[in-house]
Amino acid sequence: MTRPIRAILVANRGEIAVRVMKTAKRLGIRAIAVYSEADAGAMHVRTADEAVRIGPAPARDSYLAGDRVLEAARIAGADAVHPGYGFLSENAEFAEAVEAAGLAWIGPPPEAIRAMGSKSAAKALMEKAKVPLVPGYHGADQDPDTLTAAADRIGYPVLIKASAGGGGKGMKIVEASGDFPAALASAKREAMASFGDDRVLVERYLTAPRHVEVQVFADGLGNTIHLFERDCSIQRRHQKVIEEAPAPNLSDRMRAEMGAAAVAAARAVGYVGAGTVEFITEENAFYFMEMNTRLQVEHPVTEAITGLDLVEWQIRVAAGEPLPLDQKDVRCQGHAVEARLYAEDPDRDFVPQVGRLRRLAFPDGVRIDAGVEVGDTVSHHYDPMIAKLIAHGPDREGALARLSAALDATKVVGVTTNRRLLARIVDHPAFRSARFDTGFIDRHRDELLAPSVPAETLDFQLAALAVRAARTAVRRIDPSDPYSPFATAGAYNPNLPAMEEITLSAGGVEQTLRFETEGGRTVLAGDSERLETAATLSPEGQMIATLGRRRLQLRVHVEGDEVVLLKGAEPLAFRVLDPWRGPATGTHAVDRVLSPMPGAVVALMVSVGDQVERGAPLVVVEAMKMEHVLRAPHDGVVAFLGAEVGYVVDEGVELVIVEAT
Amino acid sequence: MAAIDDAVDRRGADYAANRAAMAEKVADLKARAAAVAEGGGAAARERHLARGKLLPRDRIRTLIDPGTPFLEFSQLAANGLYADEVPSAGILTGIGRISGRECVIVANDATVKGGTYYPLTVKKHLRAQEIASRTALPCVYLVDSGGANLPNQDEVFPDRDHFGRIFFNQATMSAAGIPQIAVVMGSCTAGGAYVPAMADQSIMVRNQATIFLGGPPLVKAATGEVVTAEDLGGADVHVRTSGVADLMAETDAHALGLARDIVGGLSRPRPAGPELRAPADPLLDPADLGGIVSADPKKPFDIRQVIGRIVDGSEFDEFKPLYGTTLVTGFARIWGYPVGIVANNGILFSESALKGAHFVELCAQRGIPLVFLQNITGFMVGRRYEAGGIAKDGAKMVMAVACAAVPKITVVIGNSFGAGNYGMCGRAFDPNFLWMWPNARISVMGGDQAANVLAQVKRDQIEARGGAWDPAEEDAFKAPIRAQYEEQGSAYYSTARLWDDGVIDPADTRLVLALSLSASLNAPARETRFGVFRM
Repeated sequence: MTRPIRAILVANRGEIAVRVMKTAKRLGIRAIAVYSEADAGAMHVRTADEAVRIGPAPARDSYLAGDRVLEAARIAGADAVHPGYGFLSENAEFAEAVEAAGLAWIGPPPEAIRAMGSKSAAKALMEKAKVPLVPGYHGADQDPDTLTAAADRIGYPVLIKASAGGGGKGMKIVEASGDFPAALASAKREAMASFGDDRVLVERYLTAPRHVEVQVFADGLGNTIHLFERDCSIQRRHQKVIEEAPAPNLSDRMRAEMGAAAVAAARAVGYVGAGTVEFITEENAFYFMEMNTRLQVEHPVTEAITGLDLVEWQIRVAAGEPLPLDQKDVRCQGHAVEARLYAEDPDRDFVPQVGRLRRLAFPDGVRIDAGVEVGDTVSHHYDPMIAKLIAHGPDREGALARLSAALDATKVVGVTTNRRLLARIVDHPAFRSARFDTGFIDRHRDELLAPSVPAETLDFQLAALAVRAARTAVRRIDPSDPYSPFATAGAYNPNLPAMEEITLSAGGVEQTLRFETEGGRTVLAGDSERLETAATLSPEGQMIATLGRRRLQLRVHVEGDEVVLLKGAEPLAFRVLDPWRGPATGTHAVDRVLSPMPGAVVALMVSVGDQVERGAPLVVVEAMKMEHVLRAPHDGVVAFLGAEVGYVVDEGVELVIVEAT
Repeated sequence: MAAIDDAVDRRGADYAANRAAMAEKVADLKARAAAVAEGGGAAARERHLARGKLLPRDRIRTLIDPGTPFLEFSQLAANGLYADEVPSAGILTGIGRISGRECVIVANDATVKGGTYYPLTVKKHLRAQEIASRTALPCVYLVDSGGANLPNQDEVFPDRDHFGRIFFNQATMSAAGIPQIAVVMGSCTAGGAYVPAMADQSIMVRNQATIFLGGPPLVKAATGEVVTAEDLGGADVHVRTSGVADLMAETDAHALGLARDIVGGLSRPRPAGPELRAPADPLLDPADLGGIVSADPKKPFDIRQVIGRIVDGSEFDEFKPLYGTTLVTGFARIWGYPVGIVANNGILFSESALKGAHFVELCAQRGIPLVFLQNITGFMVGRRYEAGGIAKDGAKMVMAVACAAVPKITVVIGNSFGAGNYGMCGRAFDPNFLWMWPNARISVMGGDQAANVLAQVKRDQIEARGGAWDPAEEDAFKAPIRAQYEEQGSAYYSTARLWDDGVIDPADTRLVLALSLSASLNAPARETRFGVFRM
């Protein structure tokens, strides 16, 4: 029984909302957006045929408010709801409410969501369906001999974990049988001390696991197939960063077994629609972790290698149609890699960045799924993802080369991004030769997260020359006096060398370059040497620079206060410091605790007059879905509180003043 | 238009000698400039910097658009005066581009006598305002001054062109729509307090700037009240309470940034001016200028060789080349701006004066700025010439030059003697800018001439009494006259007293003229009305 879908409400925002709408429009289906007050001008609203405002910026009052979304569907006359990922996508009650409202739910049945929602219940179900689980002992018998025997049976290394626990307490890795009794005793003591419960469980400890997931699809007529796997091992704190399909170094046999296991897992919960069965793998073994009952962020790599549109399939299945292909007709062509570009600062512990995208340019030749465009703002209310770059090539090498080039050509001005980290991962020899696991980023963090290649004096000099050359080129020209010598003649002062200083910062290092111009000649006056300099810059960014006896050619990018030297393997970015800036937060900043970014105050731990020690938590600001604890800069007395719980504060707002005692 | 041919003999002895002489003069000029650029000396600079203040040259550099020219005026003002203790007269003035807009900048140098106003400080400040008024350029005052120099009060305070004129000018310029912006970066006491108070908008630097009519010592003497400078007239007082200033800055650099924002927000389109072309460098090498201009002021040289090294593409469209040949006139472009050039090529005769008057009329009619290249020892004398009416022909040229309402810029490249100075737009004829080369000389006549004239008068007296004048005595009589003219005729004597706007390196002439023209064309064109020409 099929039901026509003519208008889909997309209960989401950002790139996934835009992406779902694209397919909807292609299929001639009306696309309806919902938006919070913060998203009134957002790209997904601009993309939609119609948009309904559903509430204030906080997600719990808008994108997570199921009743408001349903009301929007009614207002706009939607006959189906696509939840995207995140937000309400794995909320069984919402799925039920959608169906109860007589709308098609473009997602799995609520029972399937529930079945997979509880990790332990899901594992029990999977065990029954003969889907492999991480070998382990979860029994009630806590006799040391029983546990030792279980460990020996599982095979070393094993992990002992407190059954009641979390957070690493009472967790022990045991490499060999002989060490087990002592480790067990220690783990039980810690578990008792921490949780008042010394029961433990024992599991196989995977030393170098990979995260491989299988895309499954089922229709309402009993057909379930898989669309191959994706390797999502490159993660940072359980956040996927790079995903690819197919998984490299996976034998055909294992691929087939995993596909079959995933299909079995889906069948076990009566799955319908798009889902992902996540496995953890090590060598030739794979174990079930969980099932995501929605479309994944990384679905485009599967689309790239299969040539399918998964959103179209979701819509067809929701409309009651059968799957368009049988398993045997699904083909895998080439290799695809996705990189997630985030507004975050890898140099500052990945703190999310907010700001207006003054420039956002992507190259051709890769698929870009973006939820923002130039001029849009990355706000602190939602996920800071800017875009996904998906490269497809005939083989892994080709796809990576394409992605690497694309990342190099990606230009974001306005917010700091993780672009450099992505480029370094993609270019890393270990990643290139597919030697990686989920510990990849941690293991190579020194190389991947090094602030940047330290700029040498020569680089600072070249960057300063680029700034000077660009100034001449782009000097705001008065159209009524286009050749004014005041704009075009360069630095000059009668009878004296005309001085010019440019202060640049790169990787936390600041350098001031001094130029002296006299008689048409410019000298870079260093502490130890004086170099005669000249530079020309073509509109394409080709700079020819003379520095003393050296003549160099390189590409540069100068925009606003940013200078990028495209020299060597990695672009070197400099910031031109504003000579007119107010005082650095030096003098009185010591005792002022400022909001690090726009966000909401969710907790205040102190009151005016409280004595605090250095490092004591003062206030918690929630921003970009993360809580930031602000601490006392030194011992002292709280002299001032600038906000109360619930206040929404901007970046740089004075929240607390701690007067030194 | 035809390019001027290169007619310089670079192998000749004259060329080498001239070049060496000019190089020496330019080196001397730069040494003098470097000396005054030190301001009030190392100790005063250290004290100034220790307060977290920027030095005045750094303030100006930070105020103007990075990497753009600052056309400084009268760098060597007060040179040789006041025991040489007031370099640059304690004040820096000039034109720079701020947020894309040309402005006149006036900056006190607090390292020089606390930035107090000596008579020449006042003159230099007023001259900068005069330029601003003539060119309609916004004024930015960087105030850091203790006010009038009290020991010199009689030459600073009472007269028309004294201290009060600064505020009169602010008021009348503001009335004329010429923005007046003050940035108070240090003291601003007594009369000086009116600079920010009379300004359209003003900025104060916290913990540095003070504005008060009477400072703490005066207050204590008058009323017994004890108060700190900051509490009496600091930025907090004036920005929050009194309203004397509008914006508060944390540092000098911050204040200059705020001033840039203000200037950037002025909506002042340039008035329509002459038709422009893309600039082109001269074909002939400006480095030759020193070799062309005679080291011996009595030796003539072809002024066209100078013109060819200043104008775009060395192209010069000469007007009446075969008539009155001791004055060269013609059309050219400098940095794309059309100009009419009037240049001496010898002594002025009736014909040259008539041609000059005709050409100046042409330029006034067409709205073309005039550039005068002065190298003039005077008008021809003698019975034949007086009878020929050289005085009335000279007067025609003077009338034309005085009344032509186009931008006029004068460069004295050699001699500037007598009535030739008038006809060639000397200081009294209000050129927008008057620049001097370091070899230039200015006086009512040459030193030898003056000595000879005075000796002739004396000899006549002696001989009328039947006496005879011993040649040795005559030499003794002439020597001090020559010495006086030698000293008073020098470019440095002139520039110290602000008879000009500055001494420049001949190699910079083209750029200085270009900057002067660009600045001048900010004022709307005016219509010329000539007076009665004596026919």
